[in-house]
Formats: sequence, C-alpha cells, structure tokens
Amino acid sequence: MKRPNRLRVPAIAGIATAALAIAACSSGSSSGSPSSGGSSSAALTASAPGITATTITIGSHQPLTGPAAAGYSEIAPASNAYFAYVNAHGGVYGRKIVYKYLDDGYNPTNTATVVRQLVLQDNVYAVFNGLGTPTHLAVVSFLNAQKVPDVFIASGCDCWNQPTTYPETFGWQIDYIREGKILGQYVAKHFAGKKIGYYYQNDEFGLDGVKGLDMEIPKASVVSRQSYVPTNVNVAPQVAALRASGAQVVVAFSIPAFVALLKLNSLKLGYNPTLVSSNVGSDPITLSGLLETYAKAGGATVNGNQLTQGIISDGYGPAVGDTSNSWIKMFKMVHDQYDAKAPFDGNVLYGLSAAYTFVEAMFKAGRNPTRADLVSAINSGLPQGPSVAPYAYSTTDHAGSTGAYIATINNGVLTQQGPVYVTDPTASGAVTTFTGAEQQAPASGIPAP
Amino acid sequence: MRSLARNLGAALAVAVLVVILSIKLNTFRDYQIAEIAIYVTAIAGLTVLTGLSGQVSLGNGAFMAIGAYTTALVLMHLGWPFFAVLVVAAVVTAIAGAIVGVAAARLHGPYLAGATLMLGVALPSLSSVYPGVFGGDQGLNVVYTTPGFLGPNFPLTRWQAWVCSAVALVTLVLLANLSRSRVGRNWRALRDDEVAAALTGVNVARARVLAFVISATCAGMAGALLAIITELVAPGAFTITLSIALLTGAVIGGLGTLPGAIWGSLVIVLVPVYATDVATSHGLSTTVASNIPVAAYGVVLILVMLIFPQGIQGGVQWLLRLLGISGARLPHEASTADARPSAGETPARPHEKEGTQ
Repeated sequence: MKRPNRLRVPAIAGIATAALAIAACSSGSSSGSPSSGGSSSAALTASAPGITATTITIGSHQPLTGPAAAGYSEIAPASNAYFAYVNAHGGVYGRKIVYKYLDDGYNPTNTATVVRQLVLQDNVYAVFNGLGTPTHLAVVSFLNAQKVPDVFIASGCDCWNQPTTYPETFGWQIDYIREGKILGQYVAKHFAGKKIGYYYQNDEFGLDGVKGLDMEIPKASVVSRQSYVPTNVNVAPQVAALRASGAQVVVAFSIPAFVALLKLNSLKLGYNPTLVSSNVGSDPITLSGLLETYAKAGGATVNGNQLTQGIISDGYGPAVGDTSNSWIKMFKMVHDQYDAKAPFDGNVLYGLSAAYTFVEAMFKAGRNPTRADLVSAINSGLPQGPSVAPYAYSTTDHAGSTGAYIATINNGVLTQQGPVYVTDPTASGAVTTFTGAEQQAPASGIPAP
Repeated sequence: MRSLARNLGAALAVAVLVVILSIKLNTFRDYQIAEIAIYVTAIAGLTVLTGLSGQVSLGNGAFMAIGAYTTALVLMHLGWPFFAVLVVAAVVTAIAGAIVGVAAARLHGPYLAGATLMLGVALPSLSSVYPGVFGGDQGLNVVYTTPGFLGPNFPLTRWQAWVCSAVALVTLVLLANLSRSRVGRNWRALRDDEVAAALTGVNVARARVLAFVISATCAGMAGALLAIITELVAPGAFTITLSIALLTGAVIGGLGTLPGAIWGSLVIVLVPVYATDVATSHGLSTTVASNIPVAAYGVVLILVMLIFPQGIQGGVQWLLRLLGISGARLPHEASTADARPSAGETPARPHEKEGTQ
C-alpha cells in the first residue's frame, strides 16, 4: 500500500518539473545573448565593468508584476526594442547593448535586492531608467557609493537633481515642480476667479507637484487640498470634500489608478469639475482601460473614452497621436518591428525615447568609455532628441527635460494645445514660451556619434 | 549538557562554512547569505511558536517591522553601535510580543489567525499615518558601514553576511536549548492537549504568552538585520506577503524543527532568484518571464508538500532512515513525528485512490 504511493508522488513531481523545464526552454531562441560582434572590433576594449569588446550590459529595476505593473510594465520591453534596433544596425561603436531589467514589484525592499544583484553579481555598466520614486530612493545612495552611473530615472522627483550628493544620478523626464508650475500657470490664466481643488499622492511625487502649482496659482483660490496614499483605494471622503468645497477645477497629481478612482467617485456624486491631471496620470489608453475595469468591478458599464474626454494635461515628448511627427514615425517603425505585441501608447513611447537618450549618451561617452566618461558626457549636455524642450544637464544640474506643452484628451488621444513652455524649479523663475526649434528624428533612427 | 555541546558544535561548523563561503563567493552571494540568515532568524521564532506551542501567527511580519523601525530610528537619532541597537530592537519587539501575546493567549485556531492577520495588515500602515516620524511610504534610510578595524576595502556585504549569520546561529542554539528544556516540554504538552497540560501543572496562559514573546523577539531581531542590509525601512517590505512567506518557510522546511527553518529560508530566498535567472536567460517574453518566479515558487511549494508532508526536514530524516543513518535523530522525536501522518495516511489514501481511478 505504502510503496506505490511513495513512488507515484515523486513520479508526478518529476513530470511536473520536466514540463516546467521544457516550458522554460521552448522559446529560447530570440534576443538576449549577443551573437558575433560584427565589424571593426579592433580597438574595442573592456574599458569598464559591464563593457566588453562586443557588449555593453546595463540593468534596471521595473514593476513587471504588482500594483504598478499596469501600463508601466510596457516601458522596459519598449526600451529593449529600441536597443535591439540599434544592435541590429551596428550597435554603439560596434558593441551591442544587453539590457537586463529585473522585477521589483514596486516594493522598495525588492528594489534594494535586485539592484545589488545587478551591480554586485551581474556587473552592469550603468543602471538605466530605474522606475519609481519610493523604489529608486531605496538604492540611490548605494549606486552612488558604488560609483555606478544611475541614469535617466523613470520618475520626475526633484530629489534626483543633487549633483554634489549624488554625482552619478540623473533625472530624465520633466520634474514634478516644473510640471506643476506649467500646469499651474495654465490654470491660473484660464480659470481665473474659479474655485480650485488639489488632489494628490501624499509622497515626494504629489508634494513636489503641489509645490509647483502653489508657485503659480494664487493661494486664495485654492479651496481644498486632498491627498491620498496609494495603499488605500477608498478616496470617497476626499472626493466628497472636494465637492463640498465647491471646487470647479480639480488639479490631480496622481497615478492613473487614482485619477480613475477620482473620476468614478465624482460621477457617483454627480459632481463634474474640470479635471486637470499631471502627465503621469493621463495616458488615455491606460486611463480608459482602468475606468472600464473599475466600473465593471462595481457593476456598472462606462465608456472610458467618453469619461476621459476633455481632461487637461501636459506632455514632454511628442504626442502619440501626432502621426506626422518624425519621432513618432521612427519609433512606430521600431515598435512594429520589435515590440509589436504591445500597444503603441504613452508608456511604450516613453521607453523608446528614454532608450534613444541613453544611446545618445553612450555615443558621446566615446569608443572605450569608463563609467566616469558616461557621467561627464551627460554633464556636458545632451541634444534634446525626442524631448520637446532642452535638457538641463550640466555639472551643477542633473534634472532632465525643462519644458512641456499643455494637452487635452480628445477622442482617447492626448493632443497638444498651444506652445511648449519652459521654466526652472524655483518660485521666482517665470514660465516662458520655448522659442527654440524642435529636433527632427535622424533618418537612420540612430543618433549620430 | 551533551545536546548543548552538540548544538554548539553544529553552530560552529555552520559558522566556519559561512565564513568560507562568504570569502569564496561574490559579494551578491554574500548579500543572499545575509538574507537567508535573516529569514532563518524570523522563521526559527515562528516555527517554535507554531510547531511547539501550537499557536499560529500571521503577524510576524509586523514584528519584523517593529524591529526594523526601531533600528532605523535609534541609528538615526542616537547613532548607537549596531549590537546595542539590536538589543533595543529585541527588547521593544519582546514588549510588543507580550502585549499581543496576552490577547492571543485567549484565542484559538482561526480566531488567533484572524487577530494576528489584522496586526500584520494594519501595523505597517501606521507609517503612512505618521509620516513625520516614519517617513511615510518612502520609509527611512539607514546608514550602515563596516567597522573601521576591517580596513576600507572590506566588502560591506561580507560583513553583513557575518553579522546576520552570527545572530541567526546564536538564535538557533538558544532556541534548540529552550525547546529541550522544561519550557519546551510545557509547550509540547500544551500543543497536544491543553486541558491535560493544565492538569499536570503547566501554567497554560504563561506558557502561551512566553512563546509569543520569544517568537516576536526573533522577528524583531530579523527586522533589525533587514534594516541594515537593505539600508532602508519602508512599509512595502512588511506587507502581509512577508508574514505569509515566513509561515510558508516554517511549514515547507518542517514545522517545529529548527533545521527546517534553514531549509525553508533557502527555498524562500533562492528559488525566486534562480527562477528569474532561468526565465530571463531563455529570452522568454516579458509577461511570461516576469511571472515564472512566482509560478516556480508555487510549484516548489506544492511538490514539497506532496512528497514530504512533514516538510523538507521530514524528507531529510526519511532519507537518512532509508540510508540506515537512524542515529541522526532521537527515538522519542521519531515516534511523535511519525505517529500522526502514518496513522492518517492508511485510511485516507485508499479512498483517494478509488476516487481518482
């Protein structure tokens, strides 16, 4: 009686393990490992950790699973698609970029572990586009102590811009203070005399945004300031307070899920203020998807595109819907070739643009770069590329893009309204119209060395 | 006395092994050794609580949070040396454990699980309620460096591995000793039959609270160690997932056995990392690759429970018995460990077989 049982279970176990191993091997053909280095590798040396004669290995921490995965998990594969495109077209001085991004589930403790793995075990040359404010804060001092370039963080926290404390760290997207100022100036001008309410995430992200808004919007017109924590999805009290205050315009600095919750809770109360949302929370595809999912979970049916219609936001890269833009054409071509399964939305465009900026910086760092070469290449400034405004990069400034345009959601597409504005993150700095020219995408799709 | 010498000998052997491994392996492996040692410390406390005294806790992650936040706050505001901080963290969580233990001693089964679950869910949220003190969702940064006498080039992760392993081993030796003592015997008596234990003179309430205090203290020390290796204390680290992972580690390793705490920790730390490496090195699509670690972890849990209902330690003992090395375990342990599963197996299995065929 006993013996067959004991045999049967290990047999099942063996089969299950074998099946898993086969599943793990079955699609083991594409991407990843670099094959034959290509031409002119004569002068290429292993000039830094993570750099060999044929490869540049970089790493990142990304929320591939967990609460922030919706939308954001598309970013790293999109960056990887652009690197694959560059690798297929000669690489960076003949070297191929190997991009290893690990899942941290948007949990800072996991971030600490995976980034140590990337730096201590995988010997990455740099950490690129690490995603999230609370997550990246967990590793920023570790990366600087290890002197690992920490470039183009996927977060607009003003805290990355501390060149003396964190010389290795660089922001990339427009910081939330600048973004708050640009949105604030628009609101102050277009909704003069109206009652204004704030709705923001209670951390560096939301607080930086509010700081920028307060620099432009007169204190007296702000009738209510409501914050939420991302771990508590019940925002009904906040929405009720906004309604009770009589706010006619609500400015949100929140992630997409909480913009959707704000919208649905307002709808329930029959409260319909003009909604202004920072770029983080306003990708129309992500937002309408969330609205429909949440409404369905609550037993109602809504039309996502109808609900997002008219939301005012801002953008710092080319608008996804602008099909005549040379960057959109170029990135769409790369996307269709290497990442076709993902939708071509704001998140994908973000990943592609960040990867383009990294390749730009790598070309500038030279043929056989050390880690310090990459840092000084960025410190001496980068061309603006797909960004709509110049980068702030210098030895004393590690913030990213300095400007954005106002946009509205129209039929599920974020559409630019008016000119690009540039500003600085100080209270005294004015918000001015950007007069410089936009750059055109290179015909080859690869930045010039 | 003989068993104490044996435990000390075993601990010393493991300590030598850890030192050799930490020097031979790369610095990230050192970090993993430290992680494993932290889980060992926490799971050892839980396995004593659940396996010996028969009380379940889904809230030990919250005790880890208490230890970690205490460490961060004391290091930040007072700048004490780490071993002093560790003692403070242990004392603070022991007090918290006593308070929870007094309430828990009145509860049984699902009610106890529910109460501790509530603790595990609610306590970490306090950091968002008092962001001024606890730093909100972003948490508090912890600064920890190698002591000066090791020189400037000594890898921090290797020192962390040594500190964490030392704490884990001392904890294991003390717990092994305790579980063989009168206290341990009382816990077993009360786990098997509370009324009988009370009749033989065991102070049931006191024994139950003591088990909770010891379990919480271990978790608090683990939290303190976690704070210095991740250099960050944030609520995201102490979600209910952590509490469940601790219980999983205890069960999968072998509930109530201290070597089981080590097996369980190895599974919890190494399986996801190994699965991620396999998944990413085979160029799977992101959606598949990012979920493989979770799936592999689940498969391992199911397999271990199917093959070794007594946990990995049960499997190890079965293997040793198969090889004829029965001296590795004590006869009275053998009888209690085997009595229940085989008694339950015989009537249950035939039915199951009929059903499936």
